Amino acid sequence: MVEEEGFRRYVAHAILWIGIAIVAFPVYIAIVASTQDNALIANGQMSLLPGGHFFEVYYKTIFVGTSGSTREPVGNMMLNSLVMALAIAIGKIAISIISAYAIVYFRFPFRMAIFWIIFITLMLPVEVRIYPTYKIVADLHMLDSYAGLALPLIASATATLLFRQFFMTVPDELLEASRIDGAGPLRFFWDTLLPLSRTNMAALFVILFILGWNQYLWPLLITTRDDMQTIQVGIRKMITTTDALTEWPIVMATAVLAMLPPVFVVVAMQKLFVRGLVETEK
Amino acid sequence: MANVTLRNVRKTYTGGFEAIKGVNVDVADGQFCVLVGPSGCGKSTLLRMVAGLETVTGGEIDIGGRVVNQIEPADRDIAMVFQNYALYPHMSVFNNMAYGLRNRGMAEAEVKTRVEEAARVLELAPMLERKPRQLSGGQRQRVAMGRAIVRQPKVFLFDEPLSNLDAKLRIAMRVEIRKLQRRLNTTSIYVTHDQLEAMTLADVLVVMNGGQVEQIGNPLAIYEKPATTFVASFIGAPPMNLMSTRADEIKSQLGGGATEAGILGIRPEDFVITDQTPAGGVALPLTVEAIERVGAETFVYGTRAQDEQRVAATPGELPPGEVIVRIPGTEAPAIGARIRVAAVRAKLHLFSGDGRTRIEA
Repeated sequence: MVEEEGFRRYVAHAILWIGIAIVAFPVYIAIVASTQDNALIANGQMSLLPGGHFFEVYYKTIFVGTSGSTREPVGNMMLNSLVMALAIAIGKIAISIISAYAIVYFRFPFRMAIFWIIFITLMLPVEVRIYPTYKIVADLHMLDSYAGLALPLIASATATLLFRQFFMTVPDELLEASRIDGAGPLRFFWDTLLPLSRTNMAALFVILFILGWNQYLWPLLITTRDDMQTIQVGIRKMITTTDALTEWPIVMATAVLAMLPPVFVVVAMQKLFVRGLVETEK
Repeated sequence: MANVTLRNVRKTYTGGFEAIKGVNVDVADGQFCVLVGPSGCGKSTLLRMVAGLETVTGGEIDIGGRVVNQIEPADRDIAMVFQNYALYPHMSVFNNMAYGLRNRGMAEAEVKTRVEEAARVLELAPMLERKPRQLSGGQRQRVAMGRAIVRQPKVFLFDEPLSNLDAKLRIAMRVEIRKLQRRLNTTSIYVTHDQLEAMTLADVLVVMNGGQVEQIGNPLAIYEKPATTFVASFIGAPPMNLMSTRADEIKSQLGGGATEAGILGIRPEDFVITDQTPAGGVALPLTVEAIERVGAETFVYGTRAQDEQRVAATPGELPPGEVIVRIPGTEAPAIGARIRVAAVRAKLHLFSGDGRTRIEA
């Protein structure tokens, strides 16, 4: 780092602080709004300081929900989102690490063709194939179910590619040493490859969990029952009300709650995450 | 304990490239066999075929009286030390050594005894709980050795195990490997491209070139009587001087029954600077081009006079007309000086014109 002289450093810091304020202020407003009385917000008299309704609002949000639009406790929505995000993250990691193992370590007919087919699916995200995917899920009677929420999003080329690249950097001698040490393909996978992929798996988990948690279009399409709603869909529904006042404190409380799990995952796994992206343990 | 026999072993890759062109080697029980050759000569491929990591496309590999061509590496009763050690990075030193034993279903108490015994022998006892990345290169090397010896296999296979170490450590480990092998008395096959390692370690030296065996034998016997010009220039450093010789020269100078042109080889250390020509020997006038003084000895790089110049027999080894002479470190002729060197009859090596056969006079 080049040491800048005083003035320019203050300018740089000021710009950074402004940036932080721009990013953080809406979050602050959401937190403040979630502790106020709805009438106050509706009147446009919202204070910029936290109000006194914190426990009341959050209790109502988590266990009751809005009285008008959704009538579904946000706690349940969070559970749905959590199940979906975890299923997507864990399912994707499990499937792609196995397929990458097959592609890198086994010689079978059309190996490269299969790899390229997996690769090409990168160009076909859910949004593009939404009608056929919906049809399949509906035909399999998986609408309004966790399986329907998670399965179509589990197939993943990105994760397969990431594991493939990582496996290709693992020295061949490790496999050969394992073979001489009497470890078959499954043992090698379980005893050597999985432990070595730990940081990669953590990094992927963070990315995939947030991806799954933030899904909007797919859950919106395939869930119709209130008790299968995810939190992202729920927030949107709470805002559009036809004949009642939008219950802003509850909407904001829901938004704050929706932010917590991703924040928690990132904070908890940050160290592993960064290591997984920058270094390889060999 | 077992002997290893290779019978007409061949390896042809699917592209048609023939990496091993029919190799016959017999390593007796407890012997230390070294495969040596330039890179790409097939020595590592051959070792990996013995290990079972490469398929055998022709011939038979026999370990302890059992043909192992179709047997999995784990069931061949061999242990291998890799060039990059191939330690499991996420396992402790103890687990690295214990892994192969546990996979074979050995009781944990026995595993512990064997690993601790190996750790004691290799002086690894204080670092059994460390991970490989916390070890120095030499220590990793010893863990790799430990992983091989705990198995108490019939055969040790070494694939250039010392080439990732610095020069000093390499010499120390070389001696250690030799001592260990002597004590365990386990048949060993060792691959290296370093002729010094090969000479010092081997009971049986196998010199390979282009997928074929050039010569097999006791290292000193190979040094003294190389069978081909390839072996002559590969074994010994600096390499043997090779110069083409006409048939009449062979007859008159060496008095042999040779009738065709051949190649004359003289090792740098067999020359002496002298004005005399020993009976039956060879004398060469040289112009000194460069000298290298390394303390104990001096290497003199000279060129022969223009009318004496002949083409060097093995391409890439020495420029045409250049001769290397090794003399005691106390002497050093001036650059540009004209000197005369001679070698006695017993130190001359004579090969056929294609360099493939040795002519015994």
